[in-house]
Amino acid sequence: MKKAGEVTTTKTISRRSILKGGAAIVGATAITGFPTVWAQGLKDITLNHTGMSYSTLADIARQASQDLGFKVEMSVVDHPGLLNRLVNDPSSIDIADMEIWQSKVAVPQGVLQGVDIARIKNWGELTPLFTDGVFAGKEVSRQGDSPFEFIYRDSKDATSFATGKTDWANFCPGVYNADTLGIRPDLTGREITSWADLISSDFKGKTAIQNIPTIGIMDAMMAMEAAGEVTYGDKGNPTQDEISQTIARLIELKKAGHFRALWNTFDESVNLMAAGEVVIQSMWSPAVTAVRTQGINCVYQPLKEGYRGWGNGLGMLSHLDGLKLDAAYEYLNWYNSGWVGGFIAKQGYYSANPESAKAALTENERGFFYEGKAATADITSPTGEKTNSIGEVRDGGSYEERFANVAVWNNLMDEAEFLYAKWNEFNAA
Amino acid sequence: MLKKTGLITYLQVTPLTVVLVLFFVIPVALVVVVSFFRYKMLVGLVPDFTFQNYADLLSNPTTWSLYVSTIKFTLIVLLVTFVLGFWISYFLVFHVRNLLTAIGLFLLCTVPFWTSTIIRMISWRPVLGREGLINSGLQGAGIVDQPFDWLLFSDFSVVVAYVHLFTLFMIVPIFNSMARIDKSLLEAAVDAGATRWGVVWNVVLPLSKTGIALGALFVVTLVMGDFFVVTVMSGGLSGSATSGIFNDLQFLNYPRAAASAVILLIVVLVIAASIFRLVDVRKELVR
Repeated sequence: MKKAGEVTTTKTISRRSILKGGAAIVGATAITGFPTVWAQGLKDITLNHTGMSYSTLADIARQASQDLGFKVEMSVVDHPGLLNRLVNDPSSIDIADMEIWQSKVAVPQGVLQGVDIARIKNWGELTPLFTDGVFAGKEVSRQGDSPFEFIYRDSKDATSFATGKTDWANFCPGVYNADTLGIRPDLTGREITSWADLISSDFKGKTAIQNIPTIGIMDAMMAMEAAGEVTYGDKGNPTQDEISQTIARLIELKKAGHFRALWNTFDESVNLMAAGEVVIQSMWSPAVTAVRTQGINCVYQPLKEGYRGWGNGLGMLSHLDGLKLDAAYEYLNWYNSGWVGGFIAKQGYYSANPESAKAALTENERGFFYEGKAATADITSPTGEKTNSIGEVRDGGSYEERFANVAVWNNLMDEAEFLYAKWNEFNAA
Repeated sequence: MLKKTGLITYLQVTPLTVVLVLFFVIPVALVVVVSFFRYKMLVGLVPDFTFQNYADLLSNPTTWSLYVSTIKFTLIVLLVTFVLGFWISYFLVFHVRNLLTAIGLFLLCTVPFWTSTIIRMISWRPVLGREGLINSGLQGAGIVDQPFDWLLFSDFSVVVAYVHLFTLFMIVPIFNSMARIDKSLLEAAVDAGATRWGVVWNVVLPLSKTGIALGALFVVTLVMGDFFVVTVMSGGLSGSATSGIFNDLQFLNYPRAAASAVILLIVVLVIAASIFRLVDVRKELVR
């Protein structure tokens, strides 16, 4: 229905000129005919962005719809929910907001089409953390699933990952962060410097670990390695033996009453911390922000062993073509053009296009979130509640310091099935 | 004529049959079919005919410990809700003389059900928590120095939530059974020299057994089928047979989850059958 010629023609007409008003369009219609088709067609398009709750935000859809002239809608699912949709009902999604490790399921299944890098105009501005596998001039840790290892494919329809840089991407970089432990500095009673503190007997009955096996095991491994209890060849891809040892120790800790709780959802981690049930636990950055908005001091504590990094990518589903594919490219270009970066910075996440994100922030916010400077005015959450006061510095320092210290990446390990079985034992113990 | 009434009967049962087949028989049949499929890592289903899922589950000690924990919760909750349900119904039926007051009090029992299950459950947290109502009350009154940790995220808090959520399911059928008891029977028993306890034991209890059986059935199926209450109230530290299913679904292991569901279904059916064996509910209901 839609010919390639039309696409290129219409691309020369900017969004702005279309938005200027109906009169201009009517005028154009009289001459050529197809801009109306394009504007009308694009206006009727609805792009479905499906992902997890922390990044699939209604505010982003609202702003995108406003800026792009077509409708973007958000569907929130949980981790297994996204895999399930990708595998069993891919046509219900247009843009999949996947964690890097989820692409290891999606790409071999052939449900994603390659993103033509030439059509992502700001690709060159994107962080080399994703595009080159280096950060601050240094190679990024390859323990676990680092974004660079999974971002490229050899052709549009490839169903495997490329070994080096190519012209086709499996996904366009999305939000990412470096995770650590959250603490209540008023209740820990001493300084927290190491992942080992998660399993330290000082905090017996006052800790929690996330009950999401693939990530929970990472926190556990970081803690046990730091405490010198277990040694790992590669924490990003542990052996069965290493997993068994880790789970055995977790069960021992659980039976001894070390864990106050295992949390499954974001809000549970917020409540545990805010209610003082735990003083040190696995945590996600927005949860720390949420605790702080309640006026409770909670710190996302940098630890000497480094961070557990993670990243998301926006994949385009195979069924997209014609106008809808054009809309998808428009959306991917928009996603890393500033607004999203500014918005998600306030919940502690980073944009793959840091310069544009910084431009979307005030000088005070830019200094606080990206440059490791003290706040010169109150810092607020995306929804406008105060999270930090004047003079406070963001935990973990600047963007550079943070990502230069990623020790391991969230991942889908080779022994995942074994891990799941062992994690069930931990749950039932 | 006869043929015609036969047709009418069939027409009358058709709607219910259609609903049951569509929404009960077919889904359950699908679950049974899937339980024999193979699992492919994080992709899900591969059609097959294998007993592997059942073998995995039955040979796994985790399954057994989850069932032990579920049955433990079921028995405790059954006992507590029965004691509460029986005496609350007894009070409403035999002690409140005014029928209107009885109905009013009965409706009062349903007030908590005006909110959702989740709210009723979560609201225990600020009560039982380390900095919660009870602990800060006890500490404030100088009775204890350290907060009681076992109040929340423990088996105790799970049982509290279950009892709170499910007692009404025990009260309603028992109340219903007791309300049908002819009061003159009680008087006759007293006239014949029975003590107060004797009346309860020999008259009220046997005549309430239909209600007790139905209440028990509700409570057993609700507790055995739950994973949410146990997960939330134990802070993820305890599991149930159903949470095993939930865990499998986390990794898209539908075949094993389906096999778990079939096993759970069989266990619950066996329990239900034995309850019905003890009390012929159908006969009692038409009494």
